[in-house]
Amino acid sequence: MNKVFLVIQREYLARVKKKSFLIATLLTPLIFPAIMGVFVWIAVEEMENQELRVIEVVDETGLFFLESSEQYAFSSSAKSVEEAKIWVKEGKRYGVLYLPPLDLKDPKGIQFYGLENPSLSLIGYLESALKRKIENQRLFNEGIDPEILQEIKTEVSIQSLTLQDSGEEVLTDAGVNYGLGFLSGILIYLFIFLYGNQIMQGVIEEKSSRIVEILVSSLKPFQLMMGKIVGIGAVGLTQFLIWVILISVLSSLVLGVLGIQMPQQQALEMTSPEAMAMAQNQGDLGAMLQVIHGIDFVSLLVSFILYFLGGYLLYGALFAAVGAAVDSPSDAQQFMFPITIPLIVAYLGLFVFVLQDPNSTTSFWLSIFPFTSPIAMMGRISYGVPFWELALSLGLLVAGFLLTTQLAAKIYRIGILSHGTKPSYKLLWKWIRSK
Amino acid sequence: MLRINQLSKSYGTHVALNRLDLEVPVGVIFGILGPNGAGKTTLIRIINQIIEQDSGTVALEGKPLSAETIQKIGYLPEERGLYKKMSVADQLIYFSRIKGLDAQESKRRVSYWLEKMDISSWKSKKIEDLSKGMAQKVQFIATVIHGPSLLILDEPFSGFDPVNAELVKNEILDLKAQGTTILLSTHRMESVELLCDQVAMIHKSKKILDGTINEIKSQFRSDRAQVVLNKVSKELPAFWTVEESKQGQLRLSIPMGGQSPNQLLTELMHFGEVLSFQEQVPSMEQLFIQQVKANSNE
Repeated sequence: MNKVFLVIQREYLARVKKKSFLIATLLTPLIFPAIMGVFVWIAVEEMENQELRVIEVVDETGLFFLESSEQYAFSSSAKSVEEAKIWVKEGKRYGVLYLPPLDLKDPKGIQFYGLENPSLSLIGYLESALKRKIENQRLFNEGIDPEILQEIKTEVSIQSLTLQDSGEEVLTDAGVNYGLGFLSGILIYLFIFLYGNQIMQGVIEEKSSRIVEILVSSLKPFQLMMGKIVGIGAVGLTQFLIWVILISVLSSLVLGVLGIQMPQQQALEMTSPEAMAMAQNQGDLGAMLQVIHGIDFVSLLVSFILYFLGGYLLYGALFAAVGAAVDSPSDAQQFMFPITIPLIVAYLGLFVFVLQDPNSTTSFWLSIFPFTSPIAMMGRISYGVPFWELALSLGLLVAGFLLTTQLAAKIYRIGILSHGTKPSYKLLWKWIRSK
Repeated sequence: MLRINQLSKSYGTHVALNRLDLEVPVGVIFGILGPNGAGKTTLIRIINQIIEQDSGTVALEGKPLSAETIQKIGYLPEERGLYKKMSVADQLIYFSRIKGLDAQESKRRVSYWLEKMDISSWKSKKIEDLSKGMAQKVQFIATVIHGPSLLILDEPFSGFDPVNAELVKNEILDLKAQGTTILLSTHRMESVELLCDQVAMIHKSKKILDGTINEIKSQFRSDRAQVVLNKVSKELPAFWTVEESKQGQLRLSIPMGGQSPNQLLTELMHFGEVLSFQEQVPSMEQLFIQQVKANSNE
C-alpha cells in the first residue's frame, strides 16, 4: 500500500510541477469564452462589412412590396425578367426574384436567379417575407384586418415547480437544468478522454523507455498501474478544483465591479454562456435566480465528483491496458476503438435522448449502464433522479470499474514486458485468460 | 545465497526453463552464460518476482521469495531506462524508496553515491539533459542504491562505453569485496573469464555446465601441450602435429598421453631447444561455442 502511495506521489508531482500544467489550468477556463468572443466578433464584423446586395424583383402579380433590410435592398425597375437577368450578368444586381401570376392558396413557380448559389439565409429571408405577405393578403381577402391579428398575439410562459418530499415546492427551469446537465456531461466526457490519454501516454513512456522492468522488480504491476491511474486522477481533480475556485473568484470580481451582489454559486452559474443567454431570454433575472437557488449544488457537485471518479477509473484502467499492449502511441489507434465507441454513444445519447427527455426509457438505461452512466447520469441529475436509480447506477459503476481493472491488470502485467510483438485482439484475450 | 531447485517455466508451448537447479554461494561473482533465447532472462525475471515459475522453488538466504526479498535484490535489466523528465536526485530517491527505504535514508544514500561516482553537480539535472554515458552512471547507482546483498546484472556491459564499463567493473569488484553476491548474465566471454568465480551455462532451457572456472577448464582440458621447439635435431614422432614452421622454429601440438608436464618437457629436450611450453586449455569462449554446438546436435 505504501508503495502505491509512492507511485501516486510521483505521478502527481511529475505532472503538477510541469509548467504546461500551470498554463493549461489557468488558460482553459478562458479559452471557451475567448473562442465564443472571437466568433461573435467575426460575425459582427462580417455583418457590418457586408456590402448591400441589390435584388431586382419582377412582380407580375403586383401584390408584393418587400422591405429592404441592412443586407438586402429590393428594386423593381426592370420591365421584364430577361432585362433583369442581363443586369445580374452585368453586375448591376445581385439577383432576380421572379414572381409569376400566383394562386395565393397554392403559390408555385417563384424563382430566384443569381450568378452564384444564393445562401440559405437569403432564401430563408425571402421565403418568410413572401409567406408573411401572402398570409396577410389572404387574411385581408377573407375580411380580417392583419392589425387585429397582431394585437391579439399573446405571450404565454409556464412556471414549473417540483414537489419535494419535504412538502416544499421548488421552482425549476428546464433551460437551467439543460444547461447544467449539458455542462457536467461534457466535462466528464472531456476529463475521461484527456486524462485517460495521459494514462496511456504514461504507460507507453515507461514501457518504451524500458524503465518498467526496473519498476516491476520493486513493485507489483498492479500497484504500478493503480498508482498511475490514481495519481493522474488526482491531477484531474486538482485541475477541476482550481477551475471552480478560479471561476468563482473571477466572476465574483467581475460582478463586484458591475455592482451586482450575487452569491458564489450563482456567480459560477452565470459564467456559463448558456445560462447567461437563458437569463437574458427569460428577461426575468429574479425568477432565474430563484430557479438557481432551488438547485441543490452540493448534491450536484458530489455526484459530479462520484461519477467523474467512477467513470475515470473504469475507462482509465482500459487506457492503461491499451498503453501496455502497444509499443508506440501510433499503434494504440486500433485498440482505442472499443474504448471510444461507448464514450461517444454516451456523448451522443446525452444530446439525443437524455437532455431531450431525462425520464425516457433510453435515458434511464443509458444512465444505468456503467460505460455510459457517468456522462448520461450527469445529464439527468439536475432534473432530479430517484435515489434507488442513483444507487443502482453507482453500484454498477463500481462493479464495472472493478471488472475493467481486473481485465486491464492482466493485459498490463504481460503487455509491459513484451516488446516488438504487434498484439492482436486474439493475443490480448490470451493474456486475459492466462493465469 | 541463492538456491534454485527444479525450476520450470513455459510460455504456451515454448519451454523457457526446464527443471533447472542452481546454487550461488555467498560473496562470489556468478556468471550465467548462454546464447540468446536460452532462458537466462526468464530465470532472472523469476528471481526478481517479475514473473512466476510454473514449478520449482527459489530460495534467497534460505527463505522462499517474498515481498521482503525485493529489498535484498538489486537488478539491472538488459533493457533499461530512466524517467527523462525527472531530476537525477529525485529519480534515485524514488528508486530507493520503492525498494523499501525511507525518505531520509534514501536522501543520504543518494548524496553518498553521487559523491562516490563524482557526479554531485548533476544532482538537479534532468536525465534528458545528460549524455548517454552520464545517464549510464545514474542507471548503475539506481541499481545499487538500496544496498542489495544480491546484485543481478543482465548483460551489464552492453550499452556502456568502455570508460563506464571499466567503472562498472571496478564497482562490481568493490561490491564483491564488501560481501555482495553478484549474478551476472552475459554472452561476452572475455568479461566472464575476467570477473566470474563460478559459472553456469544454460542452453535450450537446460543447464549444461556448472562449476568454478578452474573446475570447468580442467574438466575440458584437451590433454595436449602446445610447444615451440627451436633447432630440431632429431626426427619427431609422427603423432606430434606440426602446426607451424617458421625460421627453423616449429610450433607443435603434442598429446600428453598421461604424462606430467615435467616428463614431457624432459623428453622434449632431446629433440631441440624448448622455447615455450603450455598446456592447451580451452578459453571460455571456445568452451561455450563447443558446448552449444554439442548440445544443439542432440
